[in-house]
Amino acid sequence: MSSEVYTGQAQRAAVAAVAVHDGDGHAHHHHQSFITKYIFSQDHKVISKQFLITGMIWAIIGGFFSVIFRLQLGFPDKSFPFLETIFGHWAAGGHISPELYYQLVTMHGTIMIFFVLTAGLSGTFSNFLIPLQLGARDMASPFLNMLSYWFFFAASIIMLISLFLKTGPSEAGWTAYPPLSALHEASEGSKTGMDLWLISMAVFVVSQLLAGLNYISTILNMRTKGMSMTRMPLTIWALFFTAVLGVLSFPVLLSGFILLLFDRNLGTSFYLSDIYIAGHALPNQGGSPILYEHLFWFLGHPEVYIVMLPGMGITSELLATHSRKPIFGYLAMVGSLFAIASLSFLVWAHHMFVSGMNPFLGAFFVLFTLLIAVPSSVKVFNWLATLWKGNIQYTVPALFAIGFVSLFISGGLTGIWLGNSALDLHLHDTYFVIAHFHLVMGIAAFFGMFAGVYHWFPKMFGRFMNNTLGYIHFWVTFIGAYLMFWPMHYEGLAGMPRRYYEYSADALAIYHRFQGLNEFISVVAIIVFAVQLMFVFNFFYSIFKGRPVKDPNPWKANTLEWTTPIHVGHGNWPGEIPEVHRWAYDYSKNGIDFIPQTVPVSPAEEEVGETVKTPQ
Amino acid sequence: MSGFFVVVLLLLLFIIVVQIAKASEYVAILKGEKKTQEQNNRLHATLMLVFLIAGLIGLYICHELLKDKLLPVAASVQGVAIDHMMTVTLVITGIVFFITQILLFVFAYKYRGREGHQASYYHENSRIEFFWTAIPALTMTILVAIGLKHWFSITSAAPPNAMVVEVTGKQFNWIFRYPGKDGVLGKRDYRLIDEGKFNPLGQVWSDPYNHDDVVSSELHLVVGRPVKLEIGSRDVIHDVGLPYFRLKMDAVPGVPTTLWFTPKYTTAEMAKMTGDPNFVYKLVCDQLCGAGHYSMVANIVVETQQEFDQWLASQKSQYELAKEGGAIPSDTTKMAMLPVKAQPSVVSAK
Ligand code: HEM
Ligand SMILES: [Cu+2]
Ligand SMILES: [Cu+2]
Repeated sequence: MSSEVYTGQAQRAAVAAVAVHDGDGHAHHHHQSFITKYIFSQDHKVISKQFLITGMIWAIIGGFFSVIFRLQLGFPDKSFPFLETIFGHWAAGGHISPELYYQLVTMHGTIMIFFVLTAGLSGTFSNFLIPLQLGARDMASPFLNMLSYWFFFAASIIMLISLFLKTGPSEAGWTAYPPLSALHEASEGSKTGMDLWLISMAVFVVSQLLAGLNYISTILNMRTKGMSMTRMPLTIWALFFTAVLGVLSFPVLLSGFILLLFDRNLGTSFYLSDIYIAGHALPNQGGSPILYEHLFWFLGHPEVYIVMLPGMGITSELLATHSRKPIFGYLAMVGSLFAIASLSFLVWAHHMFVSGMNPFLGAFFVLFTLLIAVPSSVKVFNWLATLWKGNIQYTVPALFAIGFVSLFISGGLTGIWLGNSALDLHLHDTYFVIAHFHLVMGIAAFFGMFAGVYHWFPKMFGRFMNNTLGYIHFWVTFIGAYLMFWPMHYEGLAGMPRRYYEYSADALAIYHRFQGLNEFISVVAIIVFAVQLMFVFNFFYSIFKGRPVKDPNPWKANTLEWTTPIHVGHGNWPGEIPEVHRWAYDYSKNGIDFIPQTVPVSPAEEEVGETVKTPQ
Repeated sequence: MSGFFVVVLLLLLFIIVVQIAKASEYVAILKGEKKTQEQNNRLHATLMLVFLIAGLIGLYICHELLKDKLLPVAASVQGVAIDHMMTVTLVITGIVFFITQILLFVFAYKYRGREGHQASYYHENSRIEFFWTAIPALTMTILVAIGLKHWFSITSAAPPNAMVVEVTGKQFNWIFRYPGKDGVLGKRDYRLIDEGKFNPLGQVWSDPYNHDDVVSSELHLVVGRPVKLEIGSRDVIHDVGLPYFRLKMDAVPGVPTTLWFTPKYTTAEMAKMTGDPNFVYKLVCDQLCGAGHYSMVANIVVETQQEFDQWLASQKSQYELAKEGGAIPSDTTKMAMLPVKAQPSVVSAK
């Protein structure tokens, strides 16, 4: 195979490069200042931790915002003086204002989706796992990799600054539809806050492109000897498709944002036409907000898979490892990832069934949307079959992986409702949608992330996280997720609109009956949030005080990252990079608990992976 | 003050949990890794089963508590079809939900790690994989077919006997316009909008079709008669949300949209059916449109044709109101000079 040869060459080149760079390796490190080692580091493992910790900080902020606006939804008549302390006149008398409510909702969505579950999730695991699981010393371009983090950092700072503006951050929702987002007069948040939001997101897109191109080229070119594509662990396959989706769709989003910036500041009319606002008619003619919706959702939908796929990969990997069983249907898993990734470019307008788009066009999007259910259900069945006849070791990562499957089923099935345009006529923009995407994407992706953090923490920091706290974290979050989001389906079926500051007006009397439920959801949200803080405590505490790892392969896993020393240095393997001889899922084969990928296939054995043969 | 105590209490709780967690880590080391893992396997596998059972009971309780809070029967012909389709979808996805969740948690319990057991090296079965790809594909095809049938019938052209009402959203209320006796809505130009001059929609007064158009803040519909809503927006995107009729459609500035449906029950009938004498149909804004989004609600009155005609006759046209308010000079010939051709934003003129 020519790719095999090429891989080998690339590898030798990389080895040579590192040998030159590292002098005589790890006996003594050459002097790295604190700055180059921990801040402007080009080591993929450090960059991964930078993404993770930045993501965690954002998750705390985004989660805190949801607690605040849940207070408003749960207790609209109560006054919380501490809110005035934090937000000043935005929460005069201990009540948050409608503007603040919408700013919190907007920031919550933006932060969770982009900063936490895109940058934080795939930034962490792509960086950490791609070189380690493929047997590479680092990314294809460590320098661009470093830049991708610092662009993300810059985007973060810009977004953070927007929180402190006099007119506040954007309040146009994470989707930022114009003209609301285009006209300064439309809301407080549509003033400077919106410009900063757009600039921050533009910088963010640059970060994602740098990152994605690097992930793709590393996966294609830097695999160690013997690591053919079909021997790659499913984590890598998932991260690969994630990167491809990002590279193909983020530029479209960027173009949409730039046109919006033009409309806001340069008097163009891409999205504006026939508008009378704040007492005067605008001169803009001929634009269409629906154009923006297309540009946005062309990324927006793949984006939900950018959020989902890493969790799917991690879940596949961990279910196999912790149930000591090969993943069921490896090729079907890869195939379904491919199908999901491809179809996800053909379904964007299912977010636009009621936008005024041509209904005939809508029909195609119904078809492709429901088609995605097929590879998705294949994945679920394969996960179930992986557990079947397993020997499940109930570690914390195993729990989160199982929880992921449950949440993915619950949230995924309602996608079949929403994707069918006739039903969407009723359900669009109600709490049904909130329930759907929080279960399937929000919480499930978080579960994938938690599973990954608990699983690879020993590799990242040479210590374990506290198990008991981990178990508490899992059960409270899992139960809490269902308690919060399951009843929201009923609110949505009753037509309760999302993005409402309050439902107490007489005109909305029909929704007063949900007040008790809203209160309940808010209380659960506070508890769940508190438990996440406990996780954060566990994380940082364990970095310094966790139980040290003694066994370099504590989970008895097959993948390459566990063949590195407990404390991995720059370059990952002190000696030569190991060669790969088999797929990553030889668990419980021929009575042997696990056979790492580095173990050569004995002549008596049948090999699976490259040329998948049926056993028996 | 009470807030302070809550914080202290939480901190204490937190410290206790952390101490227990630390202690149990030591216990685990003393017991040995293997034994601890065994115990954890038993504990969490059992919890998985408990979660399944409690969860199923919870679903039932949740349903019992909330089912009466759902909407009354669909109030439009189209809504009835949508509700029916929703039931079909619920049954299909419900079956899949129960099968997969029960399998997941039962497997999670049954195949917990046990000393002396080993997993099976079983990772492929092309026949079963074929079936579980084909069955969802088939099911989806059926759902798509049902869905598109309804979708095309709902989005088809409105029947010729449909009455027309124009709906315009603005921050933060709704404006409805009825064509009046001539049955035709007069021309509009957004540059003529002037609330102070009784012209919230920018009606072109030189167009005689405008002279009998009635503008209202309430949506009046006739029971059993199809209505076609011609939807637009003055400023940002809004959405005409009609939960009782199970429909909605965006109101987009510069891009006219339409939605037609047939109301099935008058407001009075619905009041009787729901047992709520104060029942009023609502139109809610379903697209984030600014800080007042949550307050953008309008009343809908569904009545008999006779009641509707009476109501319409009792309304003054906007033209009359503007004239009375002195916003239109009695000599309208000057207005008629307005360059009608150069008005790109004529929302509706038949
Ligand atoms: C404690 C956990 C969470 C709670 C209680 C929560 C609650 C909510 C609620 C009630 C809304 C709707 C607000 C409204 O429409 O007025 C909302 C919106 C949203 N949430 Fe969450 N959420 C949580 C976690 C997450 C996570 C993990 C994600 C990641 C995907 C997420 C993403 C979003 C998005 C994208 C929106 C829409 C924002 C918008 O309308 O622009 N949330 N959340
Ligand atoms: Cu989508
Ligand atoms: Cu609105």
